Amino acid sequence: MAATTRLERWLYRLRGPEASPVVLVQRRVFILPTRTGLAYAGLLFLMLIGAINYGLSLGFALVFLLVGLGLVAMLHTFRNLLGLEISAGRAEPVFAGDRARFVLHLRNRRRGGRLALCLGLDGEAASCTDLAAEAVADIGLGLAARRRGWLRPGRIRVETRYPLGLVRAWSLVEPNMRCLVYPRPEAVAPPLPPAGSDAFGEARGSQDEEDFAGLRDYRPGDSPSRMAWKAAARGQSPLTKLFDGVGGGPLWLDWNSLPGGMETEARLSRLTRWLLDAQTRGLACGLRLPGREIPLGRDARHFESCLEALALHGESSA
Amino acid sequence: MASRQPSPPLTRAQESWLLAGAFLTLAGGVFRLPPWLGAAVVLLFSLRATLWWRRQPLPPRWLLGLLVLAVSAGVLLTFRQFFGRGPGTALLTLLLVLKLFELRRARDGVAAVFLSFFLLLVHFLEAQGMSMATLALTALLVLVAALASLADDGRKIADHLRLSALMLAQATPFMLVLFLLFPRVQGPLWGMPADAWSGLSGLSDSMSPGSISSLSLSGAIAFRARFEGDPPPHALLYWRGPVLRDFDGRTWRAGPEQAATGAAASAAGLDYSVTLEPHNRRWLYALDVPLAAPPDAHLSAEYQVLAKAPVRSRIRYEMRSAPSLALDTGADAASLQPYLDLPANNPRIRALAAQWRRESPDEGAVIARMLRHFRGEKFFYTLTPPLLGEDGVDQFLFETRRGFCEHYASAFVFAMRAAGIPARVVTGYQGGERNPVDGWLTVRQSDAHAWAEVWLAGKGWLRVDPTAAIAPERVEAGLASALPAGESLPFLARADLSWLRQLRFRWEAVGNAWNQWVLGYDSQRQRELLSRLGMREPDWRAMTALMTVLCAALLAGLAAWVLRRQASTDRVQLAWQRLGRKLARSGLERCPWEGPRDYSLRVAQARPDLAQDVRAIAALYIGLRYGKLVGKASLQQLEKRVADLKPALRR
Repeated sequence: MAATTRLERWLYRLRGPEASPVVLVQRRVFILPTRTGLAYAGLLFLMLIGAINYGLSLGFALVFLLVGLGLVAMLHTFRNLLGLEISAGRAEPVFAGDRARFVLHLRNRRRGGRLALCLGLDGEAASCTDLAAEAVADIGLGLAARRRGWLRPGRIRVETRYPLGLVRAWSLVEPNMRCLVYPRPEAVAPPLPPAGSDAFGEARGSQDEEDFAGLRDYRPGDSPSRMAWKAAARGQSPLTKLFDGVGGGPLWLDWNSLPGGMETEARLSRLTRWLLDAQTRGLACGLRLPGREIPLGRDARHFESCLEALALHGESSA
Repeated sequence: MASRQPSPPLTRAQESWLLAGAFLTLAGGVFRLPPWLGAAVVLLFSLRATLWWRRQPLPPRWLLGLLVLAVSAGVLLTFRQFFGRGPGTALLTLLLVLKLFELRRARDGVAAVFLSFFLLLVHFLEAQGMSMATLALTALLVLVAALASLADDGRKIADHLRLSALMLAQATPFMLVLFLLFPRVQGPLWGMPADAWSGLSGLSDSMSPGSISSLSLSGAIAFRARFEGDPPPHALLYWRGPVLRDFDGRTWRAGPEQAATGAAASAAGLDYSVTLEPHNRRWLYALDVPLAAPPDAHLSAEYQVLAKAPVRSRIRYEMRSAPSLALDTGADAASLQPYLDLPANNPRIRALAAQWRRESPDEGAVIARMLRHFRGEKFFYTLTPPLLGEDGVDQFLFETRRGFCEHYASAFVFAMRAAGIPARVVTGYQGGERNPVDGWLTVRQSDAHAWAEVWLAGKGWLRVDPTAAIAPERVEAGLASALPAGESLPFLARADLSWLRQLRFRWEAVGNAWNQWVLGYDSQRQRELLSRLGMREPDWRAMTALMTVLCAALLAGLAAWVLRRQASTDRVQLAWQRLGRKLARSGLERCPWEGPRDYSLRVAQARPDLAQDVRAIAALYIGLRYGKLVGKASLQQLEKRVADLKPALRR
């Protein structure tokens, strides 16, 4: 993302997120010729030289009419943006690595339509829409969510080249909106810890309550108590015993019970995966994070708040 | 932004706009191309339109490349060069047609529109009449609509046209200001290709049998003149052009140019102004005999008005002439000798003239005998005389006896010289038609004429028009009445269609106004207009300054209009937003999802000191926006309460 220079800040009057609706007032709308517009100017210059050289009165008239057209096009393009209202809409939470989608509401209070309005985030392709007279339209902007936490779209470029494509008018807005990005679920994670246990190993209930579900390759971080020692003794590669924790007891996903050497993000990633697995299987579970505990629950709201807690772990509550 | 999207492929509707614009543009000039090129353009365009109609794919690039090579070779073969006006126009036209086969993306569409703009300008080289202007304006309307469709395709045909018309209408004041005030520069900026001024018709500096009669078939206007008072009678309207001295047996040519020696006597003269169509020659036409030359021109020894440079644009000049003036009465024998030289052919007329001279030493009598010869024998005045051979003058005088004015003038001058009387051929125009609508006298190419001048001791050069001896009507009433019935004439030069003539007079008066004020608007007219408007010394700086100021004023006016229609923003909403901004400064920003009630509650909780005001403001806002509250008073109350609210900054 391009760093905002002091000049840009001053020029575009960017003072951080703005309250909605953002109205594109006169001093926020900028216009410059497009490449087509520059070519147009060059063409007119050539035509003017031709008209002078051959003394073509109608040639002068044609060139001057086209000059006037360019000036008028400038105003029309300017007007196409002027007074447009942009409000922040919803942004559904996504997982890191997915694309966030910010919805913006565009409102046209004018009795004429506004056409070919293009909105784009920095470095992303713009999406364009037409806005009828006194109408409202929604436009969704995609942005890659790279890391967990709050994702802000940053500056949004609103641009139009309508009607002739000779000039473009643009404005930079920064509506106050954010999207919650959950940690990316671990792609291949160990199975859920057994219900009633804090995590691997330290069983709270009897081991017999769990059903043996199979073996898989040992991965660093697996609890030693789950190692298939018999197989290992036979000289095979180390295996980990898997148990189905469908005990129905309370399932606690505990930060502290994860292997000690795991990085913060890896822990959050695994907890997210487990949380999703538990949700799929309809298990009630609780979440223990350093300094935060979410009691047992199994409804959608509960899982959302768990994911939110994971997403915002360690972030200052912004 | 940096993210430059590839320009999108063209839709069918966009293609149709571009094709229509190109069609109108091409229509203005395709008939002036060499026939095979015109046919190729028509064929290619029809092919392209068929592809569009049948939704068939465009030809591959390599095929287009081959076509470009082929037509370029064709242009080269036709014109023998690439540079110059003819080949340039042809190449540009072909380029546009071939570009239509390459309309794939919006960028191609823009290129086609720009090419069309340029081609419209090129058409003006050939024609700048009102019909051409109308056609160009129509093409412009469609081309601008095409540009608009490229920027946004999802609209109806009428919408695009309406927008295009609106924008062109708004652009018109700018055009007028720039047209009137843009400092005009006279003349070309650099040397022009040799063929730059081809296609301009008019008299040449030589005359052979048939050269004037071919001109007589053209109804094109040569020049227009306006007299201070009433114009002289038709029979005196001899417009002096090139004077021809040297004869090689077939063709008369002008002698070397000599500056005038004796100043013309300051006799009482006729004042008039002439608007001359460009003819790419240096001479200006003036009523016989010009007394002085206008600025940038001079009078030659043979009383021809010569400009410094060939006339390549319509010019206007003031003249003064004296219809009866004795010229060079005191010329000496040496200076007259060239007017007696003759080639050694045509023995019969030589013998006859010598015999006449022997019989009557008086020169006047010889002239009279020659004219009598014309009148007495069966001579015919015709536009289609038979071809003449080696001894052309003899053949004409004694055998065919059919000829146009150049035959008579040529034979007459030959005879005079054979009789020892200095004589020369003068070409120019005779007559003119007065337009009753605007009072201008119009002289056409069909008025082209040739007559003779003889020098008599003591009297100087005298005009003798042998044509008048054969067909006096030619001189008194014009060509139409002089020719026998059945001769083909320019349609509108015929006398019997009087209502049509009335119509033509009106049309030509409009055309003359167009020429005078639109096409003839040059640096001189510009200065005239500005001094009439009160500018004392209109130089280019003053004009540029005035032009800039006026354009800025127009732009400001148009902007005000645009913004006025804009300013209908909701005042209720503005007041509410102002409240949000004020409170945001003390850390109570309104969240996007927060409704007015929730927001006011939150603010009231956080700032009990503001609670009362904010609740009242929220109630007003809700009432005005969603409830039944209407009226100016409530709105003003809302605005006032928001303005009065002073949330001190809390740290």
